[in-house]
Amino acid sequence: MTSELDIFVGNTTLIDEEVYRLWLDGYSVSDAVALRVRAGILEQTGATAAVLQSDTMDHYRTFHMLERLLHAPPKLLHQLVFQIPPSRQALLIERYYAFDEAFVREVLGKKLSKGTKKDLDDISAKTGITLKSCRRQFDNFKRVFKVVEEMRGSLADNIQQHFLFSDRLARDYAAIVFFANNRFETAKKKLQYLSFGDFAFCAELMIQNWTLGAVDSQVDDMDMDLDKEFLQDLKELKVLVADKDLLDLHKSLVCTALRGKLGVFSEMEANFKNLSRGLVNVAAKLTHNKDVRDLFVDLVEKFVEPCRSDHWPLGDVRLFLNQYSVTVHSLDGFRHQALWDRYMDTLRGCLLRLYHD
Amino acid sequence: MPGKLKVKIVAGRHLPVMDRASDLTDAFVEVKFGNTTFKTDVYLKSLNPQWNSEWFKFEVDDEDLQDEPLQITVLDHDTYSANDAIGKVYIDIDPLLYSEAATVISGWFPIYDTIHGIRGEINVVVKVDLFNDLNRFRQSSCGVKFFCTTSIPKCYRAVIIHGFVEELVVNEDPEYQWIDRIRTPRASNEARQRLISLMSGELQRKIGLKVLEMRGNAVVGYLQCFDLEGESGLVVRAIGTACTLDKLSSPAAFLPACNSPSKEMKELPFNEDPNPNTHSSGPSTPLKNQTYSFSPSKSYSRQSSSSDTDLSLTPKTGMGSGSAGKEGGPFKALLRQQTQSALEQREFPFFTLTAFPPGFLVHVGGVVSARSVKLLDRIHNPDEPETRDAWWAEIRQEIKSHAKALGCHAVVGYSESTSICEEVCILSASGTAAVLNPRFLQDGTVEGCLEQRIEENLPAGCGFCHIPYDELNMPFPAHLTYCYNCRKQKVPDVLFTTIDLPTDATVVGKGCLIQARLCRLKKKAQAEANATAISNLLPFMEYEVHTQLMNKLKLKGMNALFGLRIQITVGENMLMGLASATAVYLAALPMPGGIQIAGKTPSDGSYEQHISHMQKKISDTIAKNKELYEINPPEISEEIIGSPIPEPKQRSRLLRSQSESSDEVTELDLSHGKKDAFVLEIDDTDAMEDVHSLLTDVPPPSGFYSCNTEIMPGINNWTSEIQMFTSVRVIRLSSLNLTNQALNKNFNDLCENLLKSLYFKLRSMIPCCLCHVNFTVSLPEDELIQVTVTAVAITFDKNQALQTTKTHIEKSLQRASTDNEELLQFPLELCSDSLPSHPFPPAKEHLESARSNSGIPAAQRAVTVEKASPMGEGNFRNRSAPPCANSTVGVVKMTPLSFIPGAKITKYLGIINMFFIRETTSLREEGGVSGFLHAFIAEVFAMVRAHVAALGGNAVVSYIMKQCVFMENPNKNQAQCLINVSGDAVIFVRESELEVISTQQPTANCQQSCAGGEVTT
Repeated sequence: MTSELDIFVGNTTLIDEEVYRLWLDGYSVSDAVALRVRAGILEQTGATAAVLQSDTMDHYRTFHMLERLLHAPPKLLHQLVFQIPPSRQALLIERYYAFDEAFVREVLGKKLSKGTKKDLDDISAKTGITLKSCRRQFDNFKRVFKVVEEMRGSLADNIQQHFLFSDRLARDYAAIVFFANNRFETAKKKLQYLSFGDFAFCAELMIQNWTLGAVDSQVDDMDMDLDKEFLQDLKELKVLVADKDLLDLHKSLVCTALRGKLGVFSEMEANFKNLSRGLVNVAAKLTHNKDVRDLFVDLVEKFVEPCRSDHWPLGDVRLFLNQYSVTVHSLDGFRHQALWDRYMDTLRGCLLRLYHD
Repeated sequence: MPGKLKVKIVAGRHLPVMDRASDLTDAFVEVKFGNTTFKTDVYLKSLNPQWNSEWFKFEVDDEDLQDEPLQITVLDHDTYSANDAIGKVYIDIDPLLYSEAATVISGWFPIYDTIHGIRGEINVVVKVDLFNDLNRFRQSSCGVKFFCTTSIPKCYRAVIIHGFVEELVVNEDPEYQWIDRIRTPRASNEARQRLISLMSGELQRKIGLKVLEMRGNAVVGYLQCFDLEGESGLVVRAIGTACTLDKLSSPAAFLPACNSPSKEMKELPFNEDPNPNTHSSGPSTPLKNQTYSFSPSKSYSRQSSSSDTDLSLTPKTGMGSGSAGKEGGPFKALLRQQTQSALEQREFPFFTLTAFPPGFLVHVGGVVSARSVKLLDRIHNPDEPETRDAWWAEIRQEIKSHAKALGCHAVVGYSESTSICEEVCILSASGTAAVLNPRFLQDGTVEGCLEQRIEENLPAGCGFCHIPYDELNMPFPAHLTYCYNCRKQKVPDVLFTTIDLPTDATVVGKGCLIQARLCRLKKKAQAEANATAISNLLPFMEYEVHTQLMNKLKLKGMNALFGLRIQITVGENMLMGLASATAVYLAALPMPGGIQIAGKTPSDGSYEQHISHMQKKISDTIAKNKELYEINPPEISEEIIGSPIPEPKQRSRLLRSQSESSDEVTELDLSHGKKDAFVLEIDDTDAMEDVHSLLTDVPPPSGFYSCNTEIMPGINNWTSEIQMFTSVRVIRLSSLNLTNQALNKNFNDLCENLLKSLYFKLRSMIPCCLCHVNFTVSLPEDELIQVTVTAVAITFDKNQALQTTKTHIEKSLQRASTDNEELLQFPLELCSDSLPSHPFPPAKEHLESARSNSGIPAAQRAVTVEKASPMGEGNFRNRSAPPCANSTVGVVKMTPLSFIPGAKITKYLGIINMFFIRETTSLREEGGVSGFLHAFIAEVFAMVRAHVAALGGNAVVSYIMKQCVFMENPNKNQAQCLINVSGDAVIFVRESELEVISTQQPTANCQQSCAGGEVTT
């Protein structure tokens, strides 16, 4: 006796969250059955392996049919074939577009192209995430990217509107799209200690302050591309380190303000010029695309690592950066205050986030 | 020219890409009704076209309005080649033809293609302007309402229940026409879909005409079926119950306004034919009458069965009055006479209803069924479906005579079905023989005076169990006792019925689903030889099915079956029998004895040991089941019951298969002991096998109950969560080891595993009950068995359930004692007073219930009502879930039940009756047979929901999947499936949302407390 056909169709589509997770994780039906057995479901329910097999198959088939709709979430809401309560629809979408930290760190900042897709085998082998799941996550990134590129308005809002994500997920995707568009280097060994959350945090700050959208909300791609004019202008900041008097004055003002407040005062005093040069040079280099890509590498090399080697506590870093950027306003010879703020406010936020072990 | 149909095509969405070059579609729409076609403009390059067309107007006869579906075709415009069809929508406009239903059809319909499935949606608005037509000779029957629901619909009141209506139409099946060889599959499928749509429209119109002739205004329990007879053609047939319904003005008030004169009254000639009854040579079993006739459709006919046909159909005069009982005999006879008269002049006193207004059902005799095997021949003239008509008429006659043999004048819970394999067709009909209250069956004038009486006087919860036949002259050997509830009337020891449990029945504990499953191999044969072989096998199948049912019933420790449905399916090389029913313990019937196993062969020690081991297992199971289903009936001492009725001492023994040589059903002895244990003789391995299989049925996991009736006896506090589902399984038998035993085991495992899967899938709903579990078996090919199940899972509140059951048992205990006291306190004379004032004293129960009713406080009686009523008011008010907000697609509930828990149906919008064909030539690509059928069934659900939503409804009740014919050819990568579904579109309102105005509250409450005794105003 062999089962030729075995289906279950409910008026309300049954969604088993556990099986959905296994499906998303890219397990085959037999693997999923084995995993469910291991989780002790047979003991809990008194079911047989055959029942479990049939149930898993059924759910997999349902998910397979739903997948086409999940590629354009608004379709899932308007379609008539599967009757699914709104809360479940939201869950389906959210889980389908959720990604693994390990995976996203591998592809963050990479071009979402066929070439990268070919490397998914390696990523799968490296991270232990199934190839199927890697493909889904990669395709998700690419799909979202394709839909929202060349769109007006806030990146996160666009994503939310077209994919019906939760606020959190939409912001994460905005970061992924932003990184993919600007191709920031994140894979260097130096940057391995950083989490996706760190980058997403920086991305959000940069989108808010450094993109075209920060000055003009009526342009295409406003949140995707950095404001080229702004990057050009950043060259003007060079005077802060090129002008020796200005640099000395800046240093003395900062030192005066922080004396006695900093545990690492002497180290700071000794390193001030190096640090300041580092930060200002990063800004000045941003005119070149290649240097934009290396932004995080530079920040870590020029600021995070020197401070870390001197064992600056985070509190001291914060005090220093605050003072460092505020004091510029007292430099009479410096005329680019607004530019400085636009640069430094974001950079300060990023650096504080990046500064950890 | 009495109607104008207006159609507007608004927009489309999610259309498929038809032009690969642009990834877009140039869509336009053809709107066709009858022979008239309109077209919209082409909407260029869009997957979401906005046509916003003018109103297309069709001026048509109302006859066409009823027959024809509105046909909407979406196409892709192509300048150079033929336009490509994207898909179609068929809209049945029948719901717009009667005033109380929908007024407009408006909404998004899935665009359906028989090859590709659903391809986007289209927004359509449809209206109908009907002109009054005074033509008396009209062929249309607009205005007659149709309901699939097999009870009086919730917001209506039955003024008169006229009775049985049936009709069938035949045609050639387009798929079998010569042109099909050159036609595309799509064209062929569409021709078929259209034809069936037309035929069912025509059928409905013709039935409507019959209803109008009877002066009714509605058909309840409408059941329409297709027989795909292959080369010999296509038969669409329908049965139903004609009624005159009155709409209740307020949906909140369920209490019928009893004295309101009905608008449509029917003068029935008073027929004085008295009781037919009491033919001692009647059929053999209390529960079923079987006939197997086989006629190869030409002229000769061999009646293989029994004396039933000799049973004169014309009633014998002068019988039946003397024997009905010691007291009250005359009344009973009078009742008979009166009802008889109402029914007698009807050709078939059949009712497709399974649940009835209070007081309608007086006695239940038992299940009656008839089957006959026919050879199909080509339908030569579609306009003369006489052959098929004659076949059914024959079967109905048999059913009628069986009912008479049981002392009943009517058949309720009646249904018909067929099973076809190649050119052989088994026609089956079954129902429950019953004695009905004449009030609902005739003239409204009597109503006024009878009504009050009857309703007050029915004994609560046991009257229907009392035997309608003559105890001294029983049609079959049975074991009678005095009713355990009222102790005045005789009851049988077990009762089998096809109806739902009456709402006022007193039940102990909970019920459960039981099934008998059986396979029998048969040699492959042709034509007449095949038909003969089948009709020879049938009696044994029936017998074994019956035995299994009885054994399983005893094993559950219960004594009655409701909703019994026995399906016999014919295949090339086997016959399958599947019987499903809901077992309960009726307080009125005696406690069932256990099952005793007796070894036949002179025994050695180990054999004895084995037997005793089995015996212990069985006894343990019975004890366990009693605990599981909370069966602890009040102990009643023998004195109260009175001395047992003397009867010929019959060994309660099941005679197994000795009757093999004979095809005389009458020889089968299906009797069984009253208190004695039921004896199973194990005389061969075969029997051993059976005992084993008895014990393999595992009970549902804790928290689950199941039944195949509307509601589960013993559970009354449903919460609002429901989940309707369809599950289909096909297994392939390995052809090597085909023996009856192996087959039985395979089939048994198939059904059991299917149930287990359902329990597992729905485990998140615990505690819950699977209601209306409907199994259908078919044998699509040589070695394939297909089982289709549709049911609904409903959650309930466990704590409340337990409480109520307890109090209920207490109450019934109390009632038992009260009844006895009452017996002493009220002398019989009391009743005779009431006699003269009522020309037609309805029943003997009249008297007793007058007494018992006066003795029991109304509140107590109300318990029964509340318990059984699907929507005990107030129970849900706090629990129903908040409505789903901001969902773009409105939720449409579907349920095979006639109600929605925790909600009130405020309006019936019309019948949904849809037929779909789906075909694929890329089976593997669509996920194999499972993927193909899964998608198709999901699409069918979607189309049903869309139609309901477009009518303005939010639910389908009495939903049924009548057919699911699946054929595959994996070698060619092809598959085809036909599905036919129906139901009633309704609007329901959650009780929590239903603002009950304070003035209405008392009415509702009053209704509750009154309903038991129906103290009408």
